[in-house]
Amino acid sequence: MELHIGKLARLFVYVLLGAAAFSVAAPLALMVLNSLRSNFDILITPLGWPSEPEWGVFARVWKEAELGQAITNSLIIAAATVGIVCTISSMAAWVIARRSVPGWMTVSLYFLATTTVPIQMFMFPLYFMMAKLGLINSPIAVIIIYSAIFTPFSLFLLRTYVLDIPMELEEAARIDGASDWAVFTRVIVPLISPGLLTVALIVCLNVWNEFLIAITFLQNSDSATATARFYQLTGRYGNNLSDLMAVATIIALPTLVFFVLVQRRFIEGVSAGAVKG
Amino acid sequence: MSTPPAQRRKKPPNRKILFLLPALIVSLAVVLVPVIVTTLLAFTDWNGFALPHWVGLANFAAITGEARFWAAFRNNCLYTFLFATLPMICSLFAAMMLMMIRKGRTFFQVVYFLPVTIATVILALIWRSMIYSPTTGVVGWLQQLGMPIDNPLVNPDTSLLGVLFVDMWSWWGYLTVIYFAALRQVDRSLIEAALVDGASRWQTFWHVLRPTILPTVMFMLLMSIIWSFRVFDWIYVLTEGGPGFSSEVLATLAYKTAFQSFEVGRASAYSLSMSLLGLAAIVIYLRIQARREKA
Repeated sequence: MELHIGKLARLFVYVLLGAAAFSVAAPLALMVLNSLRSNFDILITPLGWPSEPEWGVFARVWKEAELGQAITNSLIIAAATVGIVCTISSMAAWVIARRSVPGWMTVSLYFLATTTVPIQMFMFPLYFMMAKLGLINSPIAVIIIYSAIFTPFSLFLLRTYVLDIPMELEEAARIDGASDWAVFTRVIVPLISPGLLTVALIVCLNVWNEFLIAITFLQNSDSATATARFYQLTGRYGNNLSDLMAVATIIALPTLVFFVLVQRRFIEGVSAGAVKG
Repeated sequence: MSTPPAQRRKKPPNRKILFLLPALIVSLAVVLVPVIVTTLLAFTDWNGFALPHWVGLANFAAITGEARFWAAFRNNCLYTFLFATLPMICSLFAAMMLMMIRKGRTFFQVVYFLPVTIATVILALIWRSMIYSPTTGVVGWLQQLGMPIDNPLVNPDTSLLGVLFVDMWSWWGYLTVIYFAALRQVDRSLIEAALVDGASRWQTFWHVLRPTILPTVMFMLLMSIIWSFRVFDWIYVLTEGGPGFSSEVLATLAYKTAFQSFEVGRASAYSLSMSLLGLAAIVIYLRIQARREKA
């Protein structure tokens, strides 16, 4: 679909859209450019092209800032969260979409309500409880909390996929003697797998970037996720902008590349939730 | 849509509940029970370690007597109002412009969406140190060129707006992608019919496109209100609520009270106030929308 406009008007539209794209991309380009410049150059002139790009900076900060450890932590936490969220929310989505338990409406409303609750409304008891259990700086605490936070959204997204599956398929499997579990794993899961993939992508990205829970529950350098590690480094690298931006580039690049590769599915995923309702 | 009731009657001992339980248990343990505990803690003097004492409404009496609390509340309201309205207008314009072109739609969408895929703390630091900073940022470069411009984050009059601008910068592209998806769902024959009948572009937008995308716009408006009322990351990284408490919001106030001064009871009172005020904002929104639908 396209609205037809005149040639000159179209040129004007392209200029405006291009200017908007520039204003979005320029700060990100600054991050990469300044990681390649020396701190001295940055101080002399804040805006400039790297005269002698120091490509070695990435390898150096990777080691100094222990980014390997931080990225491993992020990947472990993301993988575990995705696994838990996909399992529990697809099972719940099936029950809620089919309205197969009496309180399905109450449960849906409850999950909907949890998405509006600020994190500060439940993090203090969790923090002091986890501290008592010795789970501060442990990935387990963060994985459980993330699983709870990302479940409602996944549940509602997967629900729309379950609704698209004809009841006849389930009934046919039942007549063949399949148990609930067999119907779920052999009929439902394969048919909602595109939805599961979308959920996995969105949860992965959100876990990688999450800030508040990560900095509160993962306070030392061994346990921090990549994002929490970056925040810890803002203190240490306070005056070393070039190194700090090199770390930022290393942490931001995987998500950027990842997003550009899967952008179609990703954009469909986020807009489906809002457009279909 | 609806399930045949026969399904339910065939199996009286309903085992399906077992499929719902894992999600429910995780959520109850992480969200509902701690929410109840936080609500109770708001009426105590708990410091995180010693036994809590019931102090009734003392925390609420104390915080409502503070200038800091009311500054945070006012900042929250201003922030949410601007955050819900300005990006919506920009994004609707951008989405309409995307409708007018054929080549480059995917490219523009991908670029506009980029900030959403990067951690807020990284984006905040890029802005703080490489744009707003007068020594190492674009602002400093503009100063060298002789422009009368200064770091908005260090001025109490502009600190909140400086943070808000970064938040809106990272957010409007996301809205644009969603509005564009909604606009594309509008039936093409409707638009063509309107144009053939001699409707102007503005009339076409108002009478054909607007009604179809209105549900999406209203939904995103509600989401913007919910999300922006609990803004934390941007403020915490860019200004930590300062200078003074000029950019303080309830989320940062609650967090700092709990983890910097360990007044967990008082922090819970901030959290509870924040949740109730956020709820009030949602209720007001829903009321207005219900009235509009009736009219």
